[in-house]
Amino acid sequence: MLLSTKHLIDTEFLTLEDIALILDTAKSFEEVNRRTIKKLPTLRGRTVVSLFMEPSTRTKSSFEIAARRLSADIQGFSASSSSTVKGESLVDTAKTLNAMACDAVIVRAKAAGTPAVLARTMDAHIINGGDGKHRHPTQALLDAYALRKHLGFEGLAGFEGLKVGIVGDVAHSRVVGSLAPLLARLGCQVTLIAPPTLMPARPEVLGCSYTPYLDEVLPQLDVVYMLRIQLERLEDAPLPSLREYAMLYGIDRARMQAMKPGAVIMHPGPVNRGVELASEAVDTSKNLILDQVNAGVSIRMAVLYLLLGGDENVTAA
Amino acid sequence: MSLLLKGAHAIDPSAALDATVDVLIAEGAVAQVGEDLAAPEGARVIDCAGKVLVPGLTDVHVHFRDPGLEYKETILTGSQAAVHGGFTDVAPMANTKPVIDNGAAVSAIVEKGRAAACHIHPVGACTKGLKGVELAEMGDMAAAGAVAFSDDGKGIQNSGMMRRVMDYAKMFNKVVMAHEQDAGLVENGQVNEGDASTRLGLAGWPAAGEEAMIARDIEILRLTGGRLHLQHVTTAHGIELVRQAKDEGLDITCEVTPHHLFLNEDDLTADYDTNLKMNPPLRTRADNEALIEALIDGVADVVATDHAPHAAHEKALEFEHAPFGTTGLETALPLMLTNLVATGRLSWNRLVEVMALEPRRILGVDPVSVAVGSAADLTLIDPETPLTVTPEYFKSKSANSAFLGQHLRGAASLTIVGGAIAWEA
Repeated sequence: MLLSTKHLIDTEFLTLEDIALILDTAKSFEEVNRRTIKKLPTLRGRTVVSLFMEPSTRTKSSFEIAARRLSADIQGFSASSSSTVKGESLVDTAKTLNAMACDAVIVRAKAAGTPAVLARTMDAHIINGGDGKHRHPTQALLDAYALRKHLGFEGLAGFEGLKVGIVGDVAHSRVVGSLAPLLARLGCQVTLIAPPTLMPARPEVLGCSYTPYLDEVLPQLDVVYMLRIQLERLEDAPLPSLREYAMLYGIDRARMQAMKPGAVIMHPGPVNRGVELASEAVDTSKNLILDQVNAGVSIRMAVLYLLLGGDENVTAA
Repeated sequence: MSLLLKGAHAIDPSAALDATVDVLIAEGAVAQVGEDLAAPEGARVIDCAGKVLVPGLTDVHVHFRDPGLEYKETILTGSQAAVHGGFTDVAPMANTKPVIDNGAAVSAIVEKGRAAACHIHPVGACTKGLKGVELAEMGDMAAAGAVAFSDDGKGIQNSGMMRRVMDYAKMFNKVVMAHEQDAGLVENGQVNEGDASTRLGLAGWPAAGEEAMIARDIEILRLTGGRLHLQHVTTAHGIELVRQAKDEGLDITCEVTPHHLFLNEDDLTADYDTNLKMNPPLRTRADNEALIEALIDGVADVVATDHAPHAAHEKALEFEHAPFGTTGLETALPLMLTNLVATGRLSWNRLVEVMALEPRRILGVDPVSVAVGSAADLTLIDPETPLTVTPEYFKSKSANSAFLGQHLRGAASLTIVGGAIAWEA
């Protein structure tokens, strides 16, 4: 264990040294990911379980690729999103997995707080792959990584003073829960931008300022981070229509021109083309979307390595 | 068998009593109160030096899960928890399975109550099945022994229905106890909307969801007359609305719970402790202070526990799947003694009012006092006994307490129900 913490429940439990170490380790793994043979023996013989209790393609694949590139044995464990439906409680699922003696569990859950429950029930390292509307730490770390790489600096000092706007469904976003406090801690000036119907009750708790008016702040932003509008949320009627959302918050040609020169667009994916981003905003070199995806594998390799790699019987790469 | 309590510090504002006395209990009643009483033949003499004798504590709001959910609590185990906590009288709510919404169901509770460790005063539903659509048979329930009516757990959403409930209940001279929750504002709310909901990524339960209904029901009370009792008021503004209604002279009372007095949303951490999940949710530190002030100055009439037992496997679920509620009967008195009486904020007289005298007045049950002729439903309190709240401490079938791990001082050492010892430390 090379980090100060046994689990990755959220970025808030990482020290700045941990964060720098994760980003730097990811950088060394990125080089591996460019090789023809993208595999290291580092975690050979270690068992990693991916416990995904709600649908996910991108995060799950990214973690699984990361684990395999480190030669870990990765096993999926499907569980229903609501433990009451399946008839086995979360604690019993955790005890079952614990009895199988796995070394790490990557958990994605619909219910906020699920990783905390696993962490106190199991011996394994728990990695939060996103819990409800709460946190998504590896997304935040990979975003920081992609941004740092794009801006071309080392260490953490380059984050200082960056103006970041996070736009969209802030209230229902676990990405914001990890990313906004992380960037704020690294010295960025983070503004949350959303209509009041999609804003949490106390955005200042996340270390950010907030406004409903994108166009007022857009020209000052260095980073325009667009959140995905989850279409199923529209049933709760926070918006009159996607059309009006795109009018108020969508990045189209006009808003791209209003952006500061050199400013970048980020998005955790998958993008709703024509809603949060017009097609030209997806296909522009101003956006880092695929760099983020690419960073995801390296960051998750780094997290797995740094959590498991310090354990006994492991030979470092 | 008669009991002679020797040298108890009796505190009972209803009898203007605050003195060290001997109290003789015989045939279920207080037979003598005086100094140096002689023990009659066969009487058990109990040394009460250093202990405080008060009228039996009464809780206007408990959930005993019987019938239907007996794995959480039964009337018997709930009553055992009650006397352990110093309570001689409790009022179980109607949200059992099936709902207590007819005379036969009330009679069944009364019948089970005869074998209980304390007095059971059933509360009937206001509307059939707690659905808020049709009036329940309040007349039949009142005749069977229901002391009050409440749709606790949900509240009555339709204003017209609430008006009919208030109108109809007043002909039986029964209080309507209102659970104030606007379903549209609260939706799937899990924790206080604000700091906690933002930090934990959980759906918010806004204060306005409670306050809007309090305001509505005060308007309805002004229209209908009758008696309205607000259950578990949790916010400073809600208390302010009650204060205004009382100033106006409306017949309104309200309760506050120990968990809303002594815990707040800051206690909810990234541990996601489901024992801290209640409905209404834990509010803010400022709300704690407003509730305490209200209890001291009389705007809050009573302390009620909202004793809500749940099995361990239910509370072990994810926070948003776990049921709402904390047990309370066995911690209420120790918490009040530790946090408010020992600190000098609440007088002993006021403690007796809010935990013994006023609850009986709200329920409309016979008063008891430390005075000759009164029914012998009395609580003897040891203010100095130390207590650590552990799962093993509880007589309740469930141990889902929000106060687990707390170190408290003071508890009931003897609970006398109908002249007999129901709990003895």
